[in-house]
Amino acid sequence: MNKEELKLNKYEKLGLKIGLEIHQQLDSSKLFCECPSKLVDEYDYEIVRGLRPTQSELGDVDRAAVEEAQKKLRFKYQVTENNCLVETDEEPPHEPNKNAVNAVLMFSKMVNAKIVDEIYFMRKIVIDGSNTSGFQRTALIAVDGKIDDVKIQTVCLEEDAARKISEENGFVVYRLDRLGIPLIEIATAPDIKTPEQAKEVAEKIGTMLRATKKVKRGIGTIRQDLNVSIKDGARVEIKGVQDLKSIPDVVEKEISRQLRLIEIKNKLNERKAKISHEIFDITMIFEKTECKIIKTMLEKNGKVLGIKLNGLSGLLGDGENRFGKELAGRVKAAGLKGLFHSDELPNFPASKTHKSMQLVNWEVCPNYGITENEVEEIRKNMKLDVNDAFVIVVEKDNIARNGLNIILSRAEECIKGVPEEVRRALPDNTTEYMRPMPGAARMYPETDIPPVRVKKEEIDKIKLPELFDEKIKRFVEAYKISFESAKQLVAQGYDEMFEGFVKKYEPKIVSRVFLNIIPEIEKEEKDVSRIDEKMLDEVFNALKNGRFAKEGLTAVLCSMLTSNIGVEEAIKNTGLGGLSEKEVESVIEKILEEKKEFVKEKGKNAFAPLMGLVMKKLRGKADGKIISSILKRKIKEMVSE
Amino acid sequence: MRAEVLIKKFKAEYGDEIELLTEKNYTKLSNIEFQHKISTEKLSVAEFTGVLMPSHNDIITLKLKNGYNIGVKIDEKTKIVVVKKKEKKIGMLRNIKHLKGKPVISLISTGGTIASYVDYRTGAVHPALTAEELAFSVPELTEKYNVKAKVLFSILSEDMKSEYWRKLAKETASELNSGADAIIIPHGTDTMGYTSAALSFMLKNLTGPVILVGSQRSSDRPSSDASMNLLSAASLSESDIGEVVAVMHGETSDTYSLIHRGTRVRKMHSSRRDAFKSINEKPIGKIDENITFFQDYRKRNKGKTEVNDKIEEKVALIYFYPGLTPEFFDYAVKNNKGLVIAGTGLGHVSSDLIEIIRNAKIPIVMSSQCLNGRVNMNVYSTGRDLLNAGAIPGEDMLPETAFVKLMYVLGQTKKMEEIRKMMTENMVGEISSRTAID
Ligand SMILES: [Zn+2]
Repeated sequence: MNKEELKLNKYEKLGLKIGLEIHQQLDSSKLFCECPSKLVDEYDYEIVRGLRPTQSELGDVDRAAVEEAQKKLRFKYQVTENNCLVETDEEPPHEPNKNAVNAVLMFSKMVNAKIVDEIYFMRKIVIDGSNTSGFQRTALIAVDGKIDDVKIQTVCLEEDAARKISEENGFVVYRLDRLGIPLIEIATAPDIKTPEQAKEVAEKIGTMLRATKKVKRGIGTIRQDLNVSIKDGARVEIKGVQDLKSIPDVVEKEISRQLRLIEIKNKLNERKAKISHEIFDITMIFEKTECKIIKTMLEKNGKVLGIKLNGLSGLLGDGENRFGKELAGRVKAAGLKGLFHSDELPNFPASKTHKSMQLVNWEVCPNYGITENEVEEIRKNMKLDVNDAFVIVVEKDNIARNGLNIILSRAEECIKGVPEEVRRALPDNTTEYMRPMPGAARMYPETDIPPVRVKKEEIDKIKLPELFDEKIKRFVEAYKISFESAKQLVAQGYDEMFEGFVKKYEPKIVSRVFLNIIPEIEKEEKDVSRIDEKMLDEVFNALKNGRFAKEGLTAVLCSMLTSNIGVEEAIKNTGLGGLSEKEVESVIEKILEEKKEFVKEKGKNAFAPLMGLVMKKLRGKADGKIISSILKRKIKEMVSE
Repeated sequence: MRAEVLIKKFKAEYGDEIELLTEKNYTKLSNIEFQHKISTEKLSVAEFTGVLMPSHNDIITLKLKNGYNIGVKIDEKTKIVVVKKKEKKIGMLRNIKHLKGKPVISLISTGGTIASYVDYRTGAVHPALTAEELAFSVPELTEKYNVKAKVLFSILSEDMKSEYWRKLAKETASELNSGADAIIIPHGTDTMGYTSAALSFMLKNLTGPVILVGSQRSSDRPSSDASMNLLSAASLSESDIGEVVAVMHGETSDTYSLIHRGTRVRKMHSSRRDAFKSINEKPIGKIDENITFFQDYRKRNKGKTEVNDKIEEKVALIYFYPGLTPEFFDYAVKNNKGLVIAGTGLGHVSSDLIEIIRNAKIPIVMSSQCLNGRVNMNVYSTGRDLLNAGAIPGEDMLPETAFVKLMYVLGQTKKMEEIRKMMTENMVGEISSRTAID
């Protein structure tokens, strides 16, 4: 067995299953209005809104919806110049943007997915405030596609959410510039078997999306979510993986987290652990405490409340994937500042204490002076056994109780194993708790948008774009440019313009302009964004007609840009006006006449030194090749005289 | 093949969970296997599985397990297998307790949906109409108030007619007279201003507020303005106001609602939450955590609320435009018992129409398309000619209010001089003699 197979075998044993969900912004105006799909640095004014979860007839108000509602947050929306009444939920959506729909249809066709005959936009309830309406508009456009042996379950078209800016005094602040930007959402089946394969599939999807030429480029325009599960673990959704390279590491870290939780579960089952739901008020123990955090909170009418976690002693605080961290993640989501648990009290190892009380690292509340005595009192008060752990929080009564109840229900889950949940990827590739896995049934039709009929003829008409690999190969073969140049042209998105120009002009020159000359000019801090197709065509045309030599390309383009002038004027200004062969000949003849002695003496060997001299006079005014051939001929003539 | 025909053929119903089989799927199966499939559901060859939704043309609409609706084109060869019949709808109800010492609110529905709940299984939105359903949808309401609810009629706002106003006025009075502290009337927003004006004229000696309330974002959405408007309206039951008012969002933010006088309120935007404005006067007040009044209002009356529902239905409201032909105008005059014109500027129409007005046997009231401001027909000669021809200046009344008032006035008297007097004098806050500078 080779190394690869060994690896595969390892993941197979773990029962690893990975699914990908990719969101990519499409390059059009917004999905349901004509506002530009651009982010901005400033906003014009703020509006304040609240959201209420809609009651469902089935009574099952969605789990995630309930949790959001419990936070009872109000939202501030920053309205920008790229917004209209549609994004502020003050006007019904307009008809879906056709370019966006077409982009999704094209991708669906590329992965051979089954496209629906009529598209319906749905309202998917999201009440974290990221959508002013309280729902995200989304439509399923195709199902059952395939990339290699990974099934593409669904291809959807949806609107992007508002950008979260901050949280302040009970408000979550969002900016509305991003709201409504069209997104294609591609979800694979959990067919991916190794962390490395997950990266490869994500890369492939990314390349295919870029090949459509209908997607936005740049940071923040594509987002990857992962679904990871292992045997005896659970499906965990990881949101916002920063970049493709970190995918394998994120998966590895999730595998260890789940393995650790399974281990805890096994230990708890051994200890026959049970969770009791009693909450203890132990404020009196801390009446004279030296612990600063507790002292300050008590002065503000806070309370010290605690719970007993039967059988969890020693499992909260050790190892890389501390269970204490799991608990802290949950209470953070519930708006509590921190917690103390028995595995870190007292005499918390100095190496793990943290600099400030800002609680940058959530899972650890440094033991600021909680004494052994106090811990002993707590254990007595709650009647703790050796195997039992405790968690205490210090906060206003209701907040504390709410937090402890959340910890209790999380602890209850740990007896069962790994809970299904949504987690957020962090920069170090670990994850933190975000919210419970949303239930499936929280969509209903968006009645403001008429269904979109998709005719078979329209699908047939869509021409599939050439994939990048194929295109690079074709460029190398057809235009005799280097592989590297072809790759760069495609990667930088110059491929279409390039193909337009090479019908009339020399491929090598066109490629050099895109890959060398334009970047060179950009280095001189000139605004190259003003270089357009028409301008380049003028330049190439003048070059072809011998108006100047290719050595003068940089100077001519530069001059056109700086002085905002046409190519003819630029040639004149730079003094690069091309010379006719006759004129070149006469310049060369004049130099040879002056160096006659030298030529007679050196014969053919006079060429190299003289070429330098000639080029000094003629650089940019005529083609180097022509100059050299004339010079050669003239020397030959002179020598044979 | 039409969807409904196919659905009938395979005895499916909306709400059933079905499998949709296209030819290329099921031809893999023998007929026996197909029968077997119907009886055991063991072979999975379906093109799509989902809940059957109302479908149209040659498209079957399915709600898939993942919650999405999709449309699938069908043909003669398409087959449907019903996997599971739909479940009986369970109404969501919540028991309500009587709250001692809390105001009694009577909620009379007209068809505007102020509260609703969603069946996410089928995507259907159901209005909450009874008190129990309301308690489920807006629990805060029944936690603070004693709510009675009834559906008087169920029509679209644009189908509102004067006979409904009468019914509504009578029902309102009867509820107030049997102990309600406030009446809330959920109403579609399009014609809310007409209804509020009509109730303002028809109801006398109000013993409590009559509050029209609506929503610009439907109540099934988390962002709906409905519940805030409704709760704001309900809070008026604890105040001493005894007028017909409309309560709607004050601004685009969910921060406060405004109380508008029934004869002054107008929908001034087709979609915004704060579409409703008081025209030619300040709103009566504002509701956030508290109620703040900006101006005087009539207080609750002691005794009984009375109804005067006599109105003349044959009244027309005409919007003048350049080129309005005398023939068209003459037709309107001849076929109505009263006419309100929304004229230009200070209250003008083309001089071509003046002779028709002079010869008309019916009252013709002039209001302004400007909405803001007062008609004044003494400034220009056309105005003076119109006055001489007998047009009645509508002062600073909204055209719609003038229209409703004329219906009411014609219900009271046929004497031209009395009509003129009643139309130009303030009755229930629809006219003011001074316009404040703001
Ligand atoms: Zn917009």
